[in-house]
Amino acid sequence: MTVARTSKQVKVRKSAPTVWGPVILLLLPFLAVYLLFFIWPALQTIALSFTNSGLTQTGKFVGMANFKTLIGDASFWDSLKHTAYFAVLTVIPLTAIGMVLALLTVSGGRLRRIAQAVFFIPYVLPVSVATLIWQWVLNPNLGVINAATGSQTAWFSDPNLAMPAVAAVTVWWTVGFNMLLFLAGLQNISRETYEAAELDGASGLDVFRYITWPALWPTTALVMTLQLVGSFKIFSQVYLLTGGGPFDSTRVVLEYMYDTAFTNTDAGYASAIAVAFFVAILLLTLIQTRLLNRRET
Amino acid sequence: MNGIRRSVWMGVLAPIALLTLMAVWAAPLLWAAITSLKPELQAAAQPIVWLPHPATLESFRSVLTTGNLPNWYLNSVISSVIITVVTLILSAAAAYAFSQLHFPGRNLLFWFSLVGFMLPFEALLVPLYRLMNNLHTINTLAGIILPQLVSPIAIFVFRQFFDQIPKEFREAAVMDGATELRIMRSVFVPLSANIIWALAIVTFIGAWNNFLWPFIVTNSPEQMTIPVGLTQVQSAYGLHYAQTMAVAILSGLPVILAYLLFQRRVTEGFLSASGLKG
Repeated sequence: MTVARTSKQVKVRKSAPTVWGPVILLLLPFLAVYLLFFIWPALQTIALSFTNSGLTQTGKFVGMANFKTLIGDASFWDSLKHTAYFAVLTVIPLTAIGMVLALLTVSGGRLRRIAQAVFFIPYVLPVSVATLIWQWVLNPNLGVINAATGSQTAWFSDPNLAMPAVAAVTVWWTVGFNMLLFLAGLQNISRETYEAAELDGASGLDVFRYITWPALWPTTALVMTLQLVGSFKIFSQVYLLTGGGPFDSTRVVLEYMYDTAFTNTDAGYASAIAVAFFVAILLLTLIQTRLLNRRET
Repeated sequence: MNGIRRSVWMGVLAPIALLTLMAVWAAPLLWAAITSLKPELQAAAQPIVWLPHPATLESFRSVLTTGNLPNWYLNSVISSVIITVVTLILSAAAAYAFSQLHFPGRNLLFWFSLVGFMLPFEALLVPLYRLMNNLHTINTLAGIILPQLVSPIAIFVFRQFFDQIPKEFREAAVMDGATELRIMRSVFVPLSANIIWALAIVTFIGAWNNFLWPFIVTNSPEQMTIPVGLTQVQSAYGLHYAQTMAVAILSGLPVILAYLLFQRRVTEGFLSASGLKG
């Protein structure tokens, strides 16, 4: 390709009128699906939240009534508390354990590949496979954990243990992804940095404190914020392991929304919950974007 | 890392910690596998029987020949393959337009397409269910598939990739009279084979594993995908623990194999989907 040809092309492109045919052909399929199955439902969620609609029937406009009920609804605030409790139980453990697994994996020598696979495989399993296996492992009477420890603990039906148990299953199931992010972060630290530190006589702890930890900090911040947003979207594990029980002690926001919409068929109120949920996620995402942008500058 | 590995911490404690944690992570899967190989009575025996004797594939045989598992498998395979193929085509086409074509409102439309990043799918469940009800697609494959065809992340990753391809490639092809569709197919797609495979595997795993939406849109057992069907296992197979674990293993196997076979690509795909690597 000659220079003359390239510069001529640039001129042609700048002055050429838009050719709409290819644009429409390439964008329309995506936009049609996107508008119909994403944007339209999003607008509908807002619209429904101002009505008393049932699951399939459209009801009457009721103004702010659903939101007024929501503010005074103890079950809703409880579900937010349960969600926050789940976040407390998972965000830091998932971040810390992810980092530890990554650090151990890179130092594993010949074990490295197999270690990475062992920790990551649970993450590629469907949620219901993970919960089915753990329900069996933690079965009160026949489960291997209780049998090995001689206990009778009913892990998922004790109000004090149910949420920690759900959190533990979640850590086992998803931490492999965080490990992957930390492994990618570790790759950015050069071997020379470590070698220089060693020549200076730095101890393993010093190396971690002054080299690894600062270098991994951007990844740590990313993982924690991803995890925070993710923890607010918790539903499937809770639904499958405890169904929100015992005594609603694990009923998180989405479980409450699901129950309201699909069990009580109160789509209007469920949509109000969805809007509140969306606002919460939006706030968390904005905080996340802020933190991540700061990281890049 | 060589020098550090020589210290006591790296030399002794780290390997022990690593092996212990590997055992902890592998144990539940191993226990599921062991249980699935036991005769049914042994699986629930007290005191616990640690190893199956004799090991038998009876549970696998019976779950594959009775109940809905074959149906769920078929539904999962069909829907995941269609979702993967269509999502990649839609995303690549849109990303090509956003990356290579010039038209008024391009950037605005691009950002509008990415708003999906911000919208939690969970908040759309109720209207989506109503929409599917109106389209008469509850309990159908179409109902399972349609809302899963949009992937802002795929568009984002594709566009980033297409942006890096030198402009001259397209310009030369335009001079030769090729149509945009043709240029995309025969220049851009072959150049992006790696990223396409990575995204395809990640999309496939995501579709195979998706629980929430198929769970909402199906309630008749024959129409379910595997992850949803598993919620029926207790009622379908009763308190048959060996069979339940056989079902769990069979359901996880395709994704575990996909991961083990394409480990590098899966890793690459997940990392680019998380926005860390382009």
